[in-house]
Amino acid sequence: MSEQHIKLPEGSIEKTTTTLNLGPTHPATHGVMQNILELDGERIVSTEQTIGYIHRAFEKIAERRPLYQITPLTDRLNYCSSPINNMGWHLTCEKLLNVNTPKRVDYLRVIIMELARISDHLICNSIVGVDSGAYTGFLYVMQYRELIYEIYEEVCGSRLTTNIGRIGGFERNFNDIAFQKLQKFLDEYPRVLREFENLFTRNRIFMDRTMGVGAISADRAMNYGFTGPNLRAAGVDYDVRVHSPYSSYEDFEFDVPVGTTGDCYDRFLVRNQEMWQSLRIIEQAFKKVQEFKGTEAEIYHADVPEYYLPEKEDVYTKMEALIWHFKIIMGEIDMPRGEVYKSVEGGNGEVGFYLISDGGRTPYRLHFRRPCFIYYQAFEELTKGSMLSDAIIVMSSLNLIAGEMDG
Amino acid sequence: MALTNEHIINKLQEKFGEEVSGFSDHYDMLTFVAPKELNLKVLNFLFDDDELRFRFLTDLCAVHFPDQKEKELAVVYHLHNLEDNVRIRFKIFTNINMPTVYTATGLFSSANWMERETYDFYGINFVGHPNLKRILNVEEMDYFPMLKQYPLEDQTRIDKDDEMFGRGGMIGFGTDKTTHRTVIESEKNNIGEDIV
Amino acid sequence: MSRPVSYNIKQKPLVKDISVADMPEGHQGEGFFATSLNNVIGLARKNSIWPLPFATSCCGIEFMATMGSHYDLARFGSERVGFSPRQCDLLMVMGTVAKKMGPVVKQVYLQMAEPRWVIAVGACASSGGIFDTYSVLQGIDQVVPVDVYVPGCPPRPEAIIDGVMRIQDLVGKESLRRRNGDRYKALLESYGIQ
Repeated sequence: MSEQHIKLPEGSIEKTTTTLNLGPTHPATHGVMQNILELDGERIVSTEQTIGYIHRAFEKIAERRPLYQITPLTDRLNYCSSPINNMGWHLTCEKLLNVNTPKRVDYLRVIIMELARISDHLICNSIVGVDSGAYTGFLYVMQYRELIYEIYEEVCGSRLTTNIGRIGGFERNFNDIAFQKLQKFLDEYPRVLREFENLFTRNRIFMDRTMGVGAISADRAMNYGFTGPNLRAAGVDYDVRVHSPYSSYEDFEFDVPVGTTGDCYDRFLVRNQEMWQSLRIIEQAFKKVQEFKGTEAEIYHADVPEYYLPEKEDVYTKMEALIWHFKIIMGEIDMPRGEVYKSVEGGNGEVGFYLISDGGRTPYRLHFRRPCFIYYQAFEELTKGSMLSDAIIVMSSLNLIAGEMDG
Repeated sequence: MALTNEHIINKLQEKFGEEVSGFSDHYDMLTFVAPKELNLKVLNFLFDDDELRFRFLTDLCAVHFPDQKEKELAVVYHLHNLEDNVRIRFKIFTNINMPTVYTATGLFSSANWMERETYDFYGINFVGHPNLKRILNVEEMDYFPMLKQYPLEDQTRIDKDDEMFGRGGMIGFGTDKTTHRTVIESEKNNIGEDIV
Repeated sequence: MSRPVSYNIKQKPLVKDISVADMPEGHQGEGFFATSLNNVIGLARKNSIWPLPFATSCCGIEFMATMGSHYDLARFGSERVGFSPRQCDLLMVMGTVAKKMGPVVKQVYLQMAEPRWVIAVGACASSGGIFDTYSVLQGIDQVVPVDVYVPGCPPRPEAIIDGVMRIQDLVGKESLRRRNGDRYKALLESYGIQ
């Protein structure tokens, strides 16, 4: 066998990059977004993102609908935690209309929002697991998301796109079954979360896949407009629930977990810790709700006759209730003029609603500040120089939800 | 000392004089207007000043006021001072026939896609933007859909019945005569700058 | 007034609990069973459908719940969901399809090998749903031929399973010559597919 190595002349091999289309339909199932990667072997040289594959023109639709008809649109923004978007929208309307909700309503809202946050973080963390090869965590945890869905069903009738609550409160009082199911959740879920953590947190393979991957510094994260768990993993403790408390969050005691390096492992840990803190908040809220007795336990909405449908018995017997019912259903209520911006802490960060009202029946302009859209821009910086498989892990640990991105 | 709205107003007026105007304080958020040529200067001032420190761009969007001549398009910036927890809203107005605005991407990287979205919906040309092309809509679209004169529905569809969906047609119920806008004509002129 | 929470309190006798699929019609004797090829192939195909979950939005999350252990789609033979169109039988389009996404759906459909079926899960895939806007395709049947539509926003996992069972009925009864016949070719022509 000849040991001659063939020597090629200098400069005759050109190093070119491969273009790989991590296209709109990809198995990582995060929704539809496209990434065109330039690869040098396995290393990523640059990326280009294309979104808009599920653009549904929410902002234009909202100019056509009165306030209470916009709630189903907000459901479909971050559909993994739709109650938070609904509550955020109701809080925006209540800010515009100057409505104060009673404490019991606030505590019930807190319970629902924290359940939604747990639901969202469960999907995100288990999908990070699936993408790094561990399908088991996802299946175990889906069982408990079903229990959360059952609780939503008792309150509003729907599982995923809930349209929960109304402007001023809730559509019906939480019945005993909802509280029983909530108690069952609080009893069983901590053990499951601990099992889920044991599966991943000190798992050698998982740590190798996620540590040091997709790291971002606090300054760059703030410049890119990151909010939510992604920003907190980078070291900045900005949480809208603490900065500008809404819905009586100041009555609860909870910690805000903060990471250090902002890589995927930190994001995973921050989300896990947030789930523990959410459990803590739900327990406190549940106890506080049970302290209301007698007639106070029957309060489930504020007094907003212009936007809250009156009870059916009143509609058939009292005159004002009949008039309000007619006006609300036929859409003849005028909003006060004004412009208001309100944000809540969603599963991905600060979900903001900028509402301009000109005194008509529908908003003049409604703009949603969608956290996914804003932080997906940083994807190129997060993955430059890393391997192809890291790009997948970064995409899933950022918790990109296509409905929120395109809106 | 606490960063109150009056203090911010004083600092802005001290630096920009008469250029900044339209101060209002509804729902606890200070709002002001500046001419469009000064938008970068104002943003830089709010960013660099040691007391003001508005270093987080929360949101960037545009609004279309078809009735205000010469000032139809407004670009609205929402800024946030994270340390002192103060928010501020800053608007600039531009003419729809010449909608050029300086880009804020040099200062805030998050403005990149937000300006692309604003261009996609309203047609505002951000001067100096690294990659100003459509982001959410189809590339071949030739109009800017969020402007008030364009309808929501797709005009080329043939399968849905306009009358039954309240969009004109032969019968006419549910047309513009009975949709939800009831703004009195005389008030329409004041919608832009002072919304309340 | 409120009903008590109860889980599975009725004990069902085990005999009736096990359901066995019916045999296709045929002639049987000692050691042989004769039936038409259609039936056998239909029976085999319908109990081993490999779906391609084309999940775009909220209905995709309900699909994840359907694949989970509570509602388990795998017991109908769809254990292996694939993401490669070349290896799958059933294209499940779940969620809103925007006009930007339409060509992608068509391309995925073209890459599938015959016999292939399409199920439109959810109101948005069936007819555009609540989004009657300039950017949303009003139903995927504008671009690909659809076999079963599942309404709902989002449909419950039971409804998605019902849709898959209807597909199973279609698969089991389909004639082996259908895909080469004139009617099918005319159907594909109307969509511009050769």
